[in-house]
Amino acid sequence: MTKEDIKKVVLDIIAEIAPDEDLSNVKPSIRLRDQLDLDSMDFLDIVMELRKKFGIEVPEDEYINLASLDSCADYLIPKFKSVQA
Amino acid sequence: MPNAEMSETDSNRIVITGVGLTAPNGNSLPEFRENLLNGVANVQNTDMRYIGEVHAGICNYDTRKYQTRRELRTSTRAGSIGIYCSREAITDSGIDWEDTDKSRVGVYVGTTEHGNVETENEVHNISQYEYDVRFWSHHHNPRTVANNPAGEITLNMGIKGPHYTIGAACAAGNAGIIQGYYMLKLGEVDLALAGGVSESTGTFGIFASFKSQGALAVHEDPNKASRPFDKDRNGIVVSEGGAIYTLERLSDAKARGAKIYGEIVGYHINSDATDAVLPNSERQTECMRAALAKAGLEPSDIDIVNTHATSTPQGDIQECKAVGDVFPAESCPNTRINNTKSFIGHAMGAAGALELAGNLPSFEDGMVHPSINVDNLDPDCALGNLVIGNPEKRPEINVILNNSFGMLGINSCLIIKKFAD
Repeated sequence: MTKEDIKKVVLDIIAEIAPDEDLSNVKPSIRLRDQLDLDSMDFLDIVMELRKKFGIEVPEDEYINLASLDSCADYLIPKFKSVQA
Repeated sequence: MPNAEMSETDSNRIVITGVGLTAPNGNSLPEFRENLLNGVANVQNTDMRYIGEVHAGICNYDTRKYQTRRELRTSTRAGSIGIYCSREAITDSGIDWEDTDKSRVGVYVGTTEHGNVETENEVHNISQYEYDVRFWSHHHNPRTVANNPAGEITLNMGIKGPHYTIGAACAAGNAGIIQGYYMLKLGEVDLALAGGVSESTGTFGIFASFKSQGALAVHEDPNKASRPFDKDRNGIVVSEGGAIYTLERLSDAKARGAKIYGEIVGYHINSDATDAVLPNSERQTECMRAALAKAGLEPSDIDIVNTHATSTPQGDIQECKAVGDVFPAESCPNTRINNTKSFIGHAMGAAGALELAGNLPSFEDGMVHPSINVDNLDPDCALGNLVIGNPEKRPEINVILNNSFGMLGINSCLIIKKFAD
C-alpha cells in the first residue's frame, strides 16, 4: 500500500466519522484538527476503524502520529506492510 | 428569578407553555391529537434480535431536523428523541431562545430505563470479533450514563443549567414534569424542559422480559394488539417516543404574552412497597387522592382521567378498581375516562408525558378522545363514563388527571387545570 493509498484510507474513515464535513480540500501537511471539526472521540474512532478494518494497533502514546494525513501515511506505512506480510 | 414587581401568586404558579412530541402516530401535538380523535393507531411488526417478529410502536420524526449526521452517529435514540421534542417545545412556546439565559434553563427527562439498547448493541458488536473487548466502543460510557438523554439535549441546545434524568419506570413521564415543577417553585431555574422519552423498542431485553412474564401482547393485527380494558387483552406493546414541555412561572409566561396550555395544580408520587411488578390498587387510590388534596379539588371536579392502562390482564383490573373507587360514576357524572396506549402501545418513560399531551387540547376543543380496540369490554374494567370507540364532545373541560404507574411499585398522578387568571 502506497502513502497515497493510506491517505485515502484515512480520509475514507474520516468521511464515515464526520459525514457532514467537506473533505474535498483537506491539506495533507496540515493538522486534521486545524482543518476539520474533529474531537478526541473522533480520533479514537479512527484508531478503532484501523483496528477493525485492517487489524492495525495504534498505541496511545503514538496517537500524535495521526495528526495530519502526511504523518498518518508516514506512520502507518510500515504497519500496513507488517499486517499484509 | 421572579420579578419582584410580579405578584407572589403568579410567581408561584407553574404553567405549561410549549409542547414538543413524537409518538408512533404523530410528530407534533396537532397531528397526534387529530389521530387520537380519529381513532388512528400505529403499531407495526418489527424484527427483534434473538426473538423474531414483535409488535412495536416506532416513531418516524425527522431526525435530521435538529441534528447533523455526525451527531446522530454518536447520539442515542433517547437523546435524539429528547432533542427533537425539546427543540419543538421551545419553538412552540414562542420563547426568544437566542436571548434566553441558558444557565437558568433546567432539563428534567423521565426515563423507564437507559443503557440497555447501547449495551446490547456493543455486546452484539464484540460478538462479531470473538468477544475481543478491544472492539468495545469508547462511545459506550457517554451513551449509557443515566443522564444521557437529558445531557444530549443540553449539548445540542447549549443549555448550561442543571440536567438529569428521572428514573421512575413507567411513571417517569409524570415524574419528569413534577421535577420541573419543583425546580421552578424552588427558584432553581426560570425555564424547565420537562417530560419523558423512550428508546425501549431498541432493546430485545425489554421485549424478552415481558414475554417471559407473560405480558407481551400478541395479535394478528398489530394495531389491535394494545387493547386496554378489552376482555381478550394479552399484554403490552412496547413503544418509543417522547414528550417534552416548556414549564414556566405564570408571571414569566404572562410577561411575554405566552400561550398557556394549562396549569399544574396537583401532583403526587408514592410507592406500593408490596411487589416488584404487580400493581397495588390501594396505593394508586391513595396517590390520586393525595394529588386531588394538593390541588384542593374533589373527584367530581375532574373532567378527564387518563388511565395508565397497559393492556395487561391484571394491571388494568387493579387500576380500574382504583379509578372506580376514587371516581364512582354516580358521584362523578361529569368525569370521563380514557387512555392512549390503545393507539400507540406503551411508550414507557414517555408514556405519562405523551398521554397528557393527548388530552391537553381538550381544554380548547371540548372533546374527549376515546380508548380504542375495546371489542368486548371486560366486566372488571367496566367503569362508568369510559369513552370507548368514538370521541365525546363535552360542554366544558377544565381539569385533567393524568395517571402513570411503574414497576417496583411507583405511582404518579398529575393534575392540570385549564388556565384561568
